[in-house]
Order: sequence, then structure tokens, then C-alpha cells
Amino acid sequence: MAVAIEGGEKWFRTCDVTGFRVDVRAEKIAKLNAVMAVVSFLIAVIAALLLVLTRWQLFHVLPVDWYYRVLTLHGLDALVFWIIFFELAALVFGSTAFLNTRMSSPAVGWLGTILAIVGWLLVNYTILTGNADVLMTSYAPLKAHPLFYLGMILFAVGALLIVMVFFANLMIWRRENPGQSLPLFVYGLMAAAIIAVITIASGAIIYIPTFLWSLGIISDIDPAVYKLVWWGLGHPSQQINVAAHVSVWYLLAFLTVGGTSINEKVSRFAFILYIIAINVASAHHLLVDPAVSPVWKVWNTSYVMYLAVFASMIHAFAVPSAIEVAQRRRGFTKGLFEWLKAAPWGNPAFSGLMLSMIIFGFIGGITGVVNGMEQTNIIVHNTLSIPGHFKGAVVGGTALAFMSVTYYLIPLLFRKKIAFYGVSKFVPWLFGIGIAILAVSMYILGAFGIPRRHWDITFSGGPFTYTFNPVTDFFWALFGIGGLLAVLGALIWIIQVVVSVFFGQPFRGPQDLQIPIAEPPPAPDKEHEGFAAPGTFALVLLFITAFVIFVALNYGWLSAMWEVK
Amino acid sequence: MAILPPSEGWFQQKVAKDEKIWMGLAFVVSVFLFFWMIIWHVYAKQNPSFTTYRTTPEEFYALTEAFINKYKVGEENGVPVVKPPPGSDVFLLARQFRWEPVVILKKGEEYRFHISSLDVLHGFSLQPVNMNFMVYPKYDYVLTFRPTSAGEYAIVCNEFCGIGHHMMIGKIIVEE
Repeated sequence: MAVAIEGGEKWFRTCDVTGFRVDVRAEKIAKLNAVMAVVSFLIAVIAALLLVLTRWQLFHVLPVDWYYRVLTLHGLDALVFWIIFFELAALVFGSTAFLNTRMSSPAVGWLGTILAIVGWLLVNYTILTGNADVLMTSYAPLKAHPLFYLGMILFAVGALLIVMVFFANLMIWRRENPGQSLPLFVYGLMAAAIIAVITIASGAIIYIPTFLWSLGIISDIDPAVYKLVWWGLGHPSQQINVAAHVSVWYLLAFLTVGGTSINEKVSRFAFILYIIAINVASAHHLLVDPAVSPVWKVWNTSYVMYLAVFASMIHAFAVPSAIEVAQRRRGFTKGLFEWLKAAPWGNPAFSGLMLSMIIFGFIGGITGVVNGMEQTNIIVHNTLSIPGHFKGAVVGGTALAFMSVTYYLIPLLFRKKIAFYGVSKFVPWLFGIGIAILAVSMYILGAFGIPRRHWDITFSGGPFTYTFNPVTDFFWALFGIGGLLAVLGALIWIIQVVVSVFFGQPFRGPQDLQIPIAEPPPAPDKEHEGFAAPGTFALVLLFITAFVIFVALNYGWLSAMWEVK
Repeated sequence: MAILPPSEGWFQQKVAKDEKIWMGLAFVVSVFLFFWMIIWHVYAKQNPSFTTYRTTPEEFYALTEAFINKYKVGEENGVPVVKPPPGSDVFLLARQFRWEPVVILKKGEEYRFHISSLDVLHGFSLQPVNMNFMVYPKYDYVLTFRPTSAGEYAIVCNEFCGIGHHMMIGKIIVEE
């Protein structure tokens, strides 16, 4: 379809690999956001290294004030900045290049990006200068410097502007392509963007009064109101990630093996369930808090009767079955798993995709449900199990998916060859296995009662002392090993990205493509009857069995505790 | 194809048998988990309370002082030790960076704990039984405990409350 604006052709280049028409103005904005994401990730990873070596008390490297400072830094750079900057890049690039359409307003895109960067600078600066030792959650009445809250507000406003540009881009595409449906990848991004609007609005509702309170204009912030509304930002921001990384899974399934969702209606339905049901999840941060009633807790924390968990389980079938069906069409039809064995495991984006799905589902997903159930929350709340869960969900799931897709972004978005491509195939394994070990050992340490966010679990200087079960020493060692492996994997990836983007050889065309893009599989010979993806079906049955057993075990442990009502 | 608009007729395409079975199973598990929490409320003995009173740091401090004076039996490392009778109200005060008082309980008896903070948020983490609850200023959270095992228990603070967070540890003693 022709560009509607006179002279608009000069905004575009045509990608020599994909054939997409890429709006160069959007591309620049996407690039800057992607670079900010990687810078934030680097800060988060260095902080993670220091934190691992502090919590593992064999080393205990950071002094107490710096431990909480670095923890604040790590939380915000890892869970907020790295991921949201990456998503902003995806929204801008996804809503233009993938739709062959133009950027609605580069000016608003730049404004949003610059506001977000200023916010990022303020937050990182106030934390590092010791003016915001309040951790990521900054629970009132703990108080940080006003510039910290201002930074968060600016970042949120900047992000919101880019989300608005995303919607405007979709509208242009809609006008130019009446009657067409969005590609699934962009559809998923749209779900993420809708969730982002609700999330960022919650952030504004709580950070603006808190900012005024830190300036002394408002005299009081109710701690329960703060915690309730803050989690309207805190958890749903991770749900943006889920919607975004599931979209990336579909994208990677297509790029690596030519896999297409076997039923797009089902996949889209699951994204709609996310939009409807996922944002109430913030309630599960208040399960063992005063004031809110069990009815409120049970309804909300179940994501409205687990409709969002249901949605994730739909994707858990839809993505691997897309891979399986594509592989079977290529002739890998022997037994249940030949398709999997014959998959392109040497492609880092493929191994990263598989590890991301496994870690997200088996570690992040299952533990998340246990943490989020009203009663079992009693035995995990604020223990190390909680970060154990989101290491699985956000780091093993989202971060690994984003790292994997970056191997395509370097040639296609940044137009550079991937530096040290030979090591790429090890990176997802190093990072994924490291994170898996880290997450599982943290979850187990939490089950022994070890608190999260705690500098010294020998309680030096306290009136009493307590010694945790000595078995925990073993899991601390595992925690350290897992953490170091993951940090190493992340650093190699960061070096690859930085060297490629800033010092890399230019990508001149398809002949320079190092990472393969799969040919679509041959069309099926006849209409398929019976099971489309028996191997995937077996895998999801394994998953649901592990899921039910883990929930039952936790309720068993809970029933052995003191009685409480 | 994730990067191209879906093919013609995608909305009418039948859902494959295995995907259909999986969706049914996943839905049943999801709904079961939801009802499980309600069932546990009715039949089981570990459910988080939601009984809460509004209070102020001043009021809660005064209530705790009165409680300590009434039942004090000694002192340990500068922290008062109290032994309230079974079935009574127990006041546990959290502040940067200590728990007061040390409470002696009797196994198998019920106690109505009132827990609140004088300053910021704290976390009540009872070890080694590993039961965890939030402690707020201005909210008196009422939790009715029945200790089912005897011995010495630590109360670890597990919500970040400031630089001395790691020193914040209290104690509950349960006698046979």
C-alpha cells in the first residue's frame, strides 16, 4: 500500500533480508531505547554480582549501607529499566517495520525517549549518591530524595508517550490496510501496550503524591494505600513483560524453525485473557497484610479465577506446538520427540527460546502460583523464595527471551555483524542454566525461612540470634555458583552486543547473515486428523503434573505449621 | 506466521484435538485452584487473618507498655519477657530495629496477637516454622495463633526497614 503522505518515501529503507519497509526515523528511536536497555542491564548485572557475593556469606563483600543501595539499583535497573527500555524499542520497531508502515510522530517518540532517559539518570544518580536507600519498592514511610520519585515519574511519562505513539502507529496501519488483522507478534505487543497503560497509570497515581510528600507538600502517605497502589505498578509491569516475551516466543519460533501458531484464534484469545485478567494480580502482594478481606484476596490474586494462568498455559502449548508442527512437516515425524532432537540447537535464538519457555514455565510459573495462593503465601512471603520465583519468571523467562531475539536485532535493526558469533551458542546455556540453579536454590533457601533483602542472616548486633538449618550452606553454595554462571553468561552477551553495535563490521546484506532465518516448512500434503502435536502434548502433561504436585506439597507443608486465623 | 497477518479464514479454523484437550485440562486445573483456596478457608487451620484495627503509633505503644507491665516476668538482653495467660491478647511491637516483648506461650493454647509498627513497614517472620506476615504502622493486625509445637522461636524482620534491619530479631518461647 502506498504511503499516504507526499514525499514520505524518503523515510524508508527496504530490508534486504526480510523485505520489510523500515521507517528510518522509528529505527533510530528503537536503537536508542535498545542501547539504554543494554546499559541498564549491564548496571543490573554488575550489581547482581556484588549482591550474590554479599548474600553468600562466605564472601560478604559489601558493607551494610552499600548492600541495600546496590540492591535498590539492581532491582530498578533489572526489573524496570532494562526490560521497559527493551519493550519500548520493540513497540516502536514492531509497530512500524513489522507493519510496513510509518512512525506516526517521531517527535513524540523522541520526547518520550528523552524523558525516560532523564528519569533513568535521576533514579540511578539518587540511588548511587545514597539518597534513595529505599529498595525498589520504596515503601512509605521510608523516604527517598524527591528527585528519585521525580525520576520515576519522568520515566513513566516517557514510557507512556511511546506507548501512545505505538497506538497511533497502529491506527495509521489500520487506515492503510482496512480489513486486515495484525500479525500475531504485533498483536501480542498490543496486549503488552494495553497492560502498560494501566500499569503506568497506577505508577503515576502513587508516585505523584509520594513525590509531593517527599517535598513536604503532603503531610502523610498511608502505608497500606501506598503498598496497594504501588503494586498496581510493580506486578503489572512484570505482566507487560509476560505479554511481550510471549510475543517474542512466537516471533522466535517463526524465525528459528518457521513455526506458526497452529491456531491463531487460540493464541489471540490467550492474549485477550491477559488483558482482562492479569492486572489484578498485584493483590497477591497483600495476601498476608492487614486490612484487605479474604474475598478480595482470593478473587484478585487468582487473577480472576486463574484466567491469566490459563492463558499462559495456552501459550505453553501454542508455542512449542508451532515448532513441532513445522518440524514434522519437514519430515521429522519419528516418535514423540524426533522434531525436538532435530531442532536447530546450535542457533542461540532457538536454544534461548526453549530454555526461556522451560524456565519460565517450570520454575517461574509453578512457583508463582504457589506464592500467589492466599494460604501458601504465609510460608513464602518475603523469604528468598520470592526473588527465586521472579528470577525464574523475569530473568529466565523475559530476559533470556530478549537476549535471544537480540541475535536477530543486531543484523536486522542495527545493521551490524554479530561479534564473536562463535560463542553465541553457549550464551543461552550458560545464562539459562545459571539462572535456573540460582532460582531453584533461592526458592529452597526461602523454604528454610531465609529472608530476602537481608544483609546478615547471622543477625550480628541483634539482641538474640538464630541459626538456620545447616543444610542451607549447601544451597548457598549452589546459589553462588548459579549466580556466577548467569553473570558470566550475561556479561558475554553484553560484550557481544556492545562490540557489535559500536565497533562491529557493517551488515551489508543477506550474505553477511550469521544467524539463520528458517525457510517456511513445506505445506501439509493433506488435512490433518487427530493430534497435531503429540510431543508437545506429552510435555504439557508433564508440566501440569509437576504443577499439581508442587501445589499439593506446599499445602502439605503449610498444614504442618502453627494454626493461625 | 508471527510476522505476517494471519492467513485467510484463520478465525474459522478448527482447534486441533490435542490443543482442545489441553485447554480443557488447563481450565479445569485453574478453576480448581481457585476453589481450593475457598475450601481451605472452610476446612483448614492456616488462613491469614484480616481482622485489623486502626491505631496510631502512640496508642499502640501505650497498649504494649500496659501489656508488658501487666505480665512481665523478667528481661533478656534488655528486652522485657512476658507470660500472658492462654486465650489473652498479646501485643507485639515492631520498631527500628527491635521486637518487643519476648512472649512465653503455652503449647496448644490460642493467643490473639496484635502486631503493629511504630515507624516503617516490618516483616514478622516466625522461624523455624516459617510463617510470615506484614507489619504496618497505624494498622493493628490481629492474628490468632495456636502454637502446635514447643521450643524457642525467632521472629526475624523480613521487610527492609532501614540500615539496622539485620539486627532486628525477637523471640517467642513455647512451653509444653
